[in-house]
Amino acid sequence: MTSRRTLVRALGLTLGLLALPAAAQPDALRIVAPWEIGGLDPARTGYLFQRMQVAETLVTTDRDNKLVPLLARGWHVSDDQLTWTFDLRPDVTFQDGTKLSGEIVAASLTRARTAPGILSNAPVTAIEAADGAVRITTATPFSALPAFLAHHSTLILAPSSHGPDGAVRSVVGTGPFRITSLTPPRGFDAERFDGWWGGKIATARVRYLAAGRGETRTLSADTGEADLVFNLPPTAFQRLSRSPRVTLITASIPRTYILKVNAGGPFFGDIRVRQAVSAAIDREGIAAGLLRTPEAVATQLFPPSLAGWHAPALPPLAHDPEAAKRLLAEAGWQPGADGVRTKDGRPFRVTLRTFPDRPEQPVIATAIQAQLKEVGIVVEVSIGNSGDIPLGHNDGTLDLGLAARNFSLVPDPIGTLIQDYDPKGGDWGAMNWTGAGAAELAATISQLGSTFEPQAAQALRQRVAAILQAELPVMPLAWFTHSVAASKRLSGVTLDPYELSYRLSDITFTK
Amino acid sequence: MSPIARTLIGRAIQAVTVALLVGVITFVLAHTLPGDIAMRVAASRYGADLVSGEAADLVTRELGLDRPWTVQLLDWLWRVVRFDLGEALVTGEKVTDELGLQLGYTLLLSFAALFLSLLIGPPLGLLLGLRAGSAMDRAGLTASAAIRALPPFVLGLLLILLFSLVLGWLPPTGFEGLRELILPSLTLALGLAATSSRITRDATASVVAAPYFAFARWKGLSDRQALLRHGLRNAGVPVIAYIGMQLVWLIEGVMAVEILFAWPGVGHALVHAVFARDIPMLQGTALTMGLMFVALNALVDLTCAAIDPRRRAA
Repeated sequence: MTSRRTLVRALGLTLGLLALPAAAQPDALRIVAPWEIGGLDPARTGYLFQRMQVAETLVTTDRDNKLVPLLARGWHVSDDQLTWTFDLRPDVTFQDGTKLSGEIVAASLTRARTAPGILSNAPVTAIEAADGAVRITTATPFSALPAFLAHHSTLILAPSSHGPDGAVRSVVGTGPFRITSLTPPRGFDAERFDGWWGGKIATARVRYLAAGRGETRTLSADTGEADLVFNLPPTAFQRLSRSPRVTLITASIPRTYILKVNAGGPFFGDIRVRQAVSAAIDREGIAAGLLRTPEAVATQLFPPSLAGWHAPALPPLAHDPEAAKRLLAEAGWQPGADGVRTKDGRPFRVTLRTFPDRPEQPVIATAIQAQLKEVGIVVEVSIGNSGDIPLGHNDGTLDLGLAARNFSLVPDPIGTLIQDYDPKGGDWGAMNWTGAGAAELAATISQLGSTFEPQAAQALRQRVAAILQAELPVMPLAWFTHSVAASKRLSGVTLDPYELSYRLSDITFTK
Repeated sequence: MSPIARTLIGRAIQAVTVALLVGVITFVLAHTLPGDIAMRVAASRYGADLVSGEAADLVTRELGLDRPWTVQLLDWLWRVVRFDLGEALVTGEKVTDELGLQLGYTLLLSFAALFLSLLIGPPLGLLLGLRAGSAMDRAGLTASAAIRALPPFVLGLLLILLFSLVLGWLPPTGFEGLRELILPSLTLALGLAATSSRITRDATASVVAAPYFAFARWKGLSDRQALLRHGLRNAGVPVIAYIGMQLVWLIEGVMAVEILFAWPGVGHALVHAVFARDIPMLQGTALTMGLMFVALNALVDLTCAAIDPRRRAA
């Protein structure tokens, strides 16, 4: 009958389509990461174009995590330490053929100053173009300026990237990959740019795809649908490290899970209460059980990989619930009949805000809720948007906030510290923290900013770590482990701890 | 005025009403959601590392979010009358440009799903209807009920587990080509086919049992001739009308499937717009989905009129 034949034909067609062999071209490198394209302006999700090496900055970091020139050839500062000259690399062309010049760089950097990027935190007063160079003047000596020029908001784009109204309409950079098609927010395709100043690279085509869900990324790695998958959820580590198809590379990077505390409210104003909360948290449990990396326990704010900032001599933050209970009692918080601590009739009930952009965060928040319950503090977890924490900071309603704070916004933690420990407080740092410790920290950071001499700078860095450890305006929980699952067909894959580049130009297919 | 013209004018009026209602309601609802709109937009633009009060203030000034919301609503209405849906708050691109790209992907997914479901459902239903009451028919009913009971999200996950993880034939995400389209459209197609097969089966069974069919057989026509000449078109009308009703399910299902497979369509954009409080984008995407529904229903009306001569006569 006709119907049976149609049915058979339909089934045959379906099965035929299903059995299609993998359609991926052999030389397209497919990258999957969580981050979607939120706009083409470098100040927005410009880090995507920086990591995929479509556009470049003046400065970057090398394998030994040292600052090295990229589009700059080198830099030097004047004797009064106020004027920096960045000499530009000669004979660099943009992907549209325009030559790199001081004027174009100065224009990009001037735009970066006004955007909510990082450059507005540096005391820059003027940016001028010179012959084959760019001159930047600061109001006070600022030793970390080169590090600030590695940030993605300072990406140098060709003038043709901008529309008549000045907004960025396409990303035309100096990097080895030129964008061929853009499908925001999910991803883009790029091909090799033969005119790159760094020479010819092996990979002809790359594709970036954003996959927000951790399970989807794990599947992409597991099934071989992607060659490089970043930010795997900790629950997938074990399975991926045993997979025959991928190599799992992990590294501790300068990002720390922190508990931001409102040090001005009725709860956490007393240093003893902050010390009690820190002692009540089981960091070993969180690191081993939730993050699947026992070595990620944060004994202090800066991880060991941040040499100079990590202070090995500091006594580590320890898990001691009995000490926590004692400290809370000393501060006047007595346990009530229902186990909840009260003081002057007010029960110790607070809200912990976090957001699900990193899937571990809500889980860690729940663990902290349980751990603080044991010492008599009731925590309500509120999982919302990342903007809820700065919002709560600015309107004073925040009690506790959980986030993975990036200490490598620029390849020098001082970039983050200037924002977070400003005397007026920081959206992601100290809140209502006053007193001698706060004043000393602000002064030390300011002094560090203008110190060029390495040994003096080292002493100041150790002092910063010590003050933060003693006063705990922000509580470190665990150090962040960055991860990439690389297909075994690739060689030359490395993880950049400052997340500035996926180092695609170094990667080749072995078969 | 012919019935067709009357139907089309009715649908046009429906479209305008839907547009206004959806636009105003989404605007009002978005403003009642908790959280600060400027901060949400800033978080979507700059990411969790850089979002701050300062960034939110910049966004407020740039987008005029501190104007009273009645003013913002009237501004929007005035623009819509001139077919200007504004710019997305997060990316700054024109909403119509973004929607154009996304609508293309959603339409591709919807039509692929419809196409697959028409390949699977009605032929299967026809087959079962001719064997109404048999064991095969009852098995078909059980399978349909089971598949229809699963929400698209769950069905999609099961298909990913089977075809991506276990068999390794198809990718779990992506949007570039045919391979990436198969799983999302199959997820929707199975749900649609589950009901359309039952409707077809019932329609076929009732046609086969009808007097005019018996008469066609007595006249001397073979089973096949009777079916083709008299059966299909009669069975067709309720099937097509029901497919029209299924479009509601399809539009909801498209949203769930787009989120699961991260398919860059209108549904995916709608959900992102809610989280980012990107109000023009939210209004644009909700509007698009509402108008899609009206347009598809108008298409069903026209198809029914084409098949059934009774609907064409004045």
